[in-house]
Amino acid sequence: MNYNNYKSVDYFNLDDFYSSEHKLIRQSIRDWVNRSLKPIIDEANHKHEFPKQIIKQLGALGAFGPYIPLKYGGAGLDYISYGLIMQELERGDSGIRSVASVQSSLVMYPIFEFGNEEQRQKYLPKLASGELVGAFGLTEPNHGSDPGAMETNIVDKGDYYLLNGAKMWITNSPIADIAIVWAKDEQQIVRGLIVEKGMSGFSAPETHNKWSLRASITGELVFENVKIPKENILPNIKGLKGPMKCLNSARYGIAWGVIGAAMDCYDTALNYALERKQFNKPIASFQLQQKKLAEILTDITKAQLMAWRIGTLKNDNRATPSQISMIKRNNVQMALNTARESRQILGAMGISGDYPIMRHMINLESVITYEGTHDIHLLITGFDITKISSFK
Amino acid sequence: MKILVCISNVPDTTAKISFVEDNKVYNKNNVQFIISPYEELALTRALELKEAASGTITVLTVGLQDAEPTMRKALAMGADDAIRVNTEAKDAMFVAKQIAEVAKNKNYDIIFTGKESIDYNGSQVGEMVAELLDIPSITSVSGIDVEGTTGKIQREIDGGYEQIECEFPFVGSGQKGIAPEPRIPAMRGIMMARKKPLNIVEPVEFTDLTQVITHTLPEAKSACTMIEPDNVGELVRLLHEEAKAI
Ligand SMILES: Cc1cc2nc3c(=O)[nH]c(=O)nc-3n(C[C@H](O)[C@H](O)[C@H](O)COP(=O)(O)OP(=O)(O)OC[C@H]3O[C@@H](n4cnc5c(N)ncnc54)[C@H](O)[C@@H]3O)c2cc1C
Repeated sequence: MNYNNYKSVDYFNLDDFYSSEHKLIRQSIRDWVNRSLKPIIDEANHKHEFPKQIIKQLGALGAFGPYIPLKYGGAGLDYISYGLIMQELERGDSGIRSVASVQSSLVMYPIFEFGNEEQRQKYLPKLASGELVGAFGLTEPNHGSDPGAMETNIVDKGDYYLLNGAKMWITNSPIADIAIVWAKDEQQIVRGLIVEKGMSGFSAPETHNKWSLRASITGELVFENVKIPKENILPNIKGLKGPMKCLNSARYGIAWGVIGAAMDCYDTALNYALERKQFNKPIASFQLQQKKLAEILTDITKAQLMAWRIGTLKNDNRATPSQISMIKRNNVQMALNTARESRQILGAMGISGDYPIMRHMINLESVITYEGTHDIHLLITGFDITKISSFK
Repeated sequence: MKILVCISNVPDTTAKISFVEDNKVYNKNNVQFIISPYEELALTRALELKEAASGTITVLTVGLQDAEPTMRKALAMGADDAIRVNTEAKDAMFVAKQIAEVAKNKNYDIIFTGKESIDYNGSQVGEMVAELLDIPSITSVSGIDVEGTTGKIQREIDGGYEQIECEFPFVGSGQKGIAPEPRIPAMRGIMMARKKPLNIVEPVEFTDLTQVITHTLPEAKSACTMIEPDNVGELVRLLHEEAKAI
């Protein structure tokens, strides 16, 4: 397929709401994806290998921390821009979008929001350029949906904190230079720490044998009596709301990102259906295939409208965590359904690596689980409606 | 080093082409515009030359306000400032006259154009600008380096390449090869482009030397019939009975 002339579907003329700068941002990331990511991504997934060279490229492009101010190495852009960047990256691959989400929303964002000036100066410009890679450690072997019950802990030893515990399913962990780690102090209050590669007692083994997000590297973070200098604690946040605010920013990006994966599936399926002939006719002429395509386009359009609206709310600082839960859940489900339906339109070709659909589909199985599972986001909406928690 | 890169604002290569006003005027409605590709490559090389030495890059467009998004892209790619000559681009001589008027007292060392814009494919503006400014014109530039005040240029000629040298100032019209791929603007560049100067100058009077009488679209391509490689008999039948070619 010739990707260079790709235009994203825009059934409700949402482009009218985007500035020419937004469109330039979208086109620039799209050009990079077409030029540098599409040609290598299938093989990277086959080999279960993270294409490391893209880190510096994404840094140079400005895909890390685009909403962080210029003076810290970011681009100072708005949240719609961030969303469009995520959309285009995920049109390429959810794993690559994940790398950018983690670096931007789960590492740069907490350092910017909860860190002090020295921490911002020390880490943000290098994270923005891709000189440093970051990871975010919240999930533990025994605590996923319920991070408040975490066991990882710090003890104040006067000159330093002593960190013990383990984190699991951590994106970027084996290649990370720094990790934002959430741990409880002696008063059981969740604190954020900047743990650096090479600290004695800290290791980050890789998690092998994944069938999803195979081009993104995942691993553990293991802490055995790691001495954390006091200046490495994030001073301006205490409690579980710290990691939750980070997730909120990342979930926002996911809600946009998955639209990219869905659009790639739709585009592939539509072109295929128009070209593939059975019973002497293009399969696109059969009602059952038209139903699939029409429903997919309707779903994508709804997701685009929600994304645009949440973007404007986020720019005004009015997007609530519950709204972001709703859109994360809706849009990921939409993308996964789109991938499944599109895959069927391609018949056997749908499972081939010559087309991106199967890869998107297996990637989206992670996306529907991480950053709050599909179920948990539903419970968040339920709680928001009824004010009754059904979590416990 | 002072470089001027003349960019034109052209319809995206996939745009649907139609005409209005008695087929005299191109219909811009719902068309996405881009920097004409050869000029984008020339701009990319100009930016590299500047970064290797020092200097400034100015981009210039003869066009109305609707050309500004593509000019902002050029600024986002790294140009320092932009000049828009506020008039509809008409024929090649008209455009060349406007460019020469802007450039005449500015002492640009190199003026780049593309070898042709991909809309009207005139391939004349660069040469005319050079003539109007009385400086050398180098066409089909497929590679360029600079040493001191000399351009070391590779030109594509029939069946091969020609290496030439030319002292500043000169006009070079860039083509494929001058840079391997157009530069993709980075997010910081896009942000910084907001604050870069985009100066608007009014055109000089000049009467067009040519008039467009009409435009016609090529005839629609007829449907393509695919035939299996082992079915030569069918191919012969179709060529004989339907295409009436044999
Ligand atoms: C590829 C990948 C990358 C990841 N990257 C990171 C990372 O960088 N950093 C990080 O911290 N984490 C990361 N995660 C972890 C992810 O956030 C967790 O997997 C997720 O929060 C779910 O936790 P769990 O897997 O322990 O599932 P569990 O919490 O054990 O849930 C299992 C099932 O039970 C359901 N469930 C749980 N509680 C309830 C309830 N109260 N009511 C109803 N149903 C419930 C869930 O919905 C789910 O279906 C990653 C995961 C993956 C797959």
